[in-house]
Amino acid sequence: MKLNVNGQTHQLDVEPEMPLLWALRDELDIKGPKYGCGIALCGACTVLLNGEPVRSCSYPVSSAAGQQVVSIEGLATKGKLHAVQKAWIDHQVPQCGYCQGGQMLAAVALLKKKPKPTDEDIDAAMTNICRCGTYARMRTAIHAAARQAGQS
Amino acid sequence: MKRRHFLQVSASATAALSLGFVLPSGAQTGNAQEVNAWIDIHADESIVIRYARTEMGQGSRTSAPMLIAEELEVDWKKVRIEDVQAHENLKRKRTYGDMASVGSRTIRNSQEYLRKAGASARMMLVQAAAQRWGVPLNECQAVTGKVVHTPSKKSFSYGQLAADASKLSPPTDIPLKAPATWTLAGKPIPRVDMHDIVTGKIRFGVDTQLPGMLHAAIAQSPVFGSKVVSVDSSKVDNRRGIVKVLNMGEFVAVVADNWWRAKEALRDVSIEWESGKYAQVNSAGLMKLYREGLSQSDAAVARQDGSALATLEKANKVIEAEYYTPYLAHATLEPMVCTALLQGDQLQIWVSTQNPESSLAAAASTAEVPQENVKVFAMQMGGGLGRKSPQDFTRQAVAIAKAMPGKPIKLMWSREEDTQHDLYRPASLVKVRASLQADGKPDALHIRVSAPSIFSQLLRMPLQNGVDPQAVASFNDHPYAIPHCLVDFAQRSAHVPVGFWRTVGHSQNPFVRECFLDELAHSAGVDPLAYRLSLLPNNEKANRDRGILQAVAKAADWDKPLPAGVFRGIGQTDGYGSHTACVCEVSVNAKGEVRIHRIVIGIDPGYAVNPDNIQAQLQGSVVHGLTAIFWGEMTVKDGRIEQSNFHDYRMMRMNEMPKVQTVIAPSGGFWGGVGEPAQAPLAPALGNALFAATGKRLRSLPLKNHGLSLFKA
Repeated sequence: MKLNVNGQTHQLDVEPEMPLLWALRDELDIKGPKYGCGIALCGACTVLLNGEPVRSCSYPVSSAAGQQVVSIEGLATKGKLHAVQKAWIDHQVPQCGYCQGGQMLAAVALLKKKPKPTDEDIDAAMTNICRCGTYARMRTAIHAAARQAGQS
Repeated sequence: MKRRHFLQVSASATAALSLGFVLPSGAQTGNAQEVNAWIDIHADESIVIRYARTEMGQGSRTSAPMLIAEELEVDWKKVRIEDVQAHENLKRKRTYGDMASVGSRTIRNSQEYLRKAGASARMMLVQAAAQRWGVPLNECQAVTGKVVHTPSKKSFSYGQLAADASKLSPPTDIPLKAPATWTLAGKPIPRVDMHDIVTGKIRFGVDTQLPGMLHAAIAQSPVFGSKVVSVDSSKVDNRRGIVKVLNMGEFVAVVADNWWRAKEALRDVSIEWESGKYAQVNSAGLMKLYREGLSQSDAAVARQDGSALATLEKANKVIEAEYYTPYLAHATLEPMVCTALLQGDQLQIWVSTQNPESSLAAAASTAEVPQENVKVFAMQMGGGLGRKSPQDFTRQAVAIAKAMPGKPIKLMWSREEDTQHDLYRPASLVKVRASLQADGKPDALHIRVSAPSIFSQLLRMPLQNGVDPQAVASFNDHPYAIPHCLVDFAQRSAHVPVGFWRTVGHSQNPFVRECFLDELAHSAGVDPLAYRLSLLPNNEKANRDRGILQAVAKAADWDKPLPAGVFRGIGQTDGYGSHTACVCEVSVNAKGEVRIHRIVIGIDPGYAVNPDNIQAQLQGSVVHGLTAIFWGEMTVKDGRIEQSNFHDYRMMRMNEMPKVQTVIAPSGGFWGGVGEPAQAPLAPALGNALFAATGKRLRSLPLKNHGLSLFKA
């Protein structure tokens, strides 16, 4: 099957039921999406599939074939950080960083749908676990990224 | 500082370390000159500062080098940070000292030698310049990467002086700057690894990738301590990608070309385990074991002031209570992981470790090779929380690599394996009794702790006078003026493995101490803050406790009324050399939903090297604490842990995050930690607020067992 990740098409010969996460990590060496629970509870494995966040640990790779997958490695374009990445740095959000790729992609998807999200929108969209407890800073950074995008 | 420039610098710096790339230290490398073990100065005036601990989000990869840079007098924008690896430390006779990131001690235990390393290098650069000019030392001054001859205003850059400086003998008398004169330390400095984190470039232990690497998934005995009797792998031997199924005695490993294939196959490997003697153990039986400890007659004495038991015996008014805190799993989001490659008698490992020197020693002994033959690449950790200091997973990875020499093997535990084979925060049952005088103040206090010992079970260390210092932490060192006090410890040994969980004894005992103090205050009819203040004596430690307690109370408007239906509680603690306090404001609805309106949490760490990072640690401590307080509990059935993943070991999420206000009040004169201490006052502050709100004193955790949940926005 063919898998498009971060704008590049890869030829894959794997079991159709292999989770997208493991096709990315162990077949294509795309390590941004992380394993945390394996049952779609924590969201460390989040990638964007046609712009929608999916938990790749529980998403068969065959269902992603022929579609656009974006991992955290593909968020910056030509070395220019996405507004969310920039806000994440400005507000010093990450601690260990393990969940942050998934968190940022969830935030990107939220902002695309709701360019000016309320706290309630953020609560509803940001459901990934952060064990370091960066929730307050993520919220601040999402609002900041929304303001930034509004200005540019 | 211009952020843009800084990011460019940090990006190139961490590219090296995130790939496990290591420059050989101890020599002149390229155009870099090593001035001392911690500092290289390049001809282009860029500076390399080495960092010798590991990073799990605590931020010391930034704050420790800041202390060196402060004394070195350099432009932080020109500094790159390079991780030191354990094998380099071994080769250099441990010139970098202890490499462990545990016990909130990176800054407080290394600040002096780090600052001296920076100051010593600066003094050598100044001396080199003075010699070159042939002028007295006191006419020369280091100013931001240059040495200036003050009378003539001539200057040499550090890059021009580095080679000469490195040939000088390091000074023996090294005066350090007064912290009040710091220009870099003490400022909120962005972390050096942020760019690599937000772009996904940084490599965690799980991200190690080597040519020809294979992946291992393992199963350990569900009942702790049982060994493998037999393995039947016939169902998976010919399955796609499966390379080997190994009976390792204490665990079974499936090795495959993709971790998912290994993990899926493992489910179809039939494993017979010894029916161990612990297969009957359950939580009720463990509770009985702890209860027996409350009446044990020969408990070990951890603290004895005056004669508490005799005073209690004669007292008119005695208040007593029993508190329980459960076993907890660490649940770092990145599970245990280690990659190992054994080639002949040469071993390399890539590991998420809080203690790379222990990793090295464990790897060498498992592979039976000399320590000099081992290279350890400590990767960014996806959380540590105390779990990644013990090296069980490193030994397992090396054992598999030893069975498959020449093949790089990456062992990663599944979440289920991680949850069920943790080294758990011990459960603890505590009985507290106090006698109150006519003025409402306690004259005697007896605290009996019945709990497992981490030092004895995990570290296999003999206990000094029979006391595990973590089991009695916050009790044996309580600051209050109570003339008669007995703290004693009845060690309980169960088969459930125990370990250091962020904040360790201070994660659970303050809940007992500070809630019980609240009970006494209510019994005396005195405001809980005023009661504490009246019990704090006039000594250095208690004065710092009082300082942060008052600062937090003030920030929380303790003396002002709250809106109707909102109640508050307070707690105060000290641990890891720092002093902490917390106020929680709550309301509870009829459904048992606890709405936390505000948490004010404060710390006096002596000195605040990177205040923004300290704030992050306080915010994180609240989330870590609330998760445990509301839901955290490992239960045991048939000898095994019942919980297995995040559906039954619940983590707090964004929509449950309350408003947190932090108070960072460094009072100077001492150095305390920041990664762990702030979690300590949270549980009692919340417990006391819940009492204020409901009139019900909750003496066990988690709160879910009392029908309470955290309000979701």
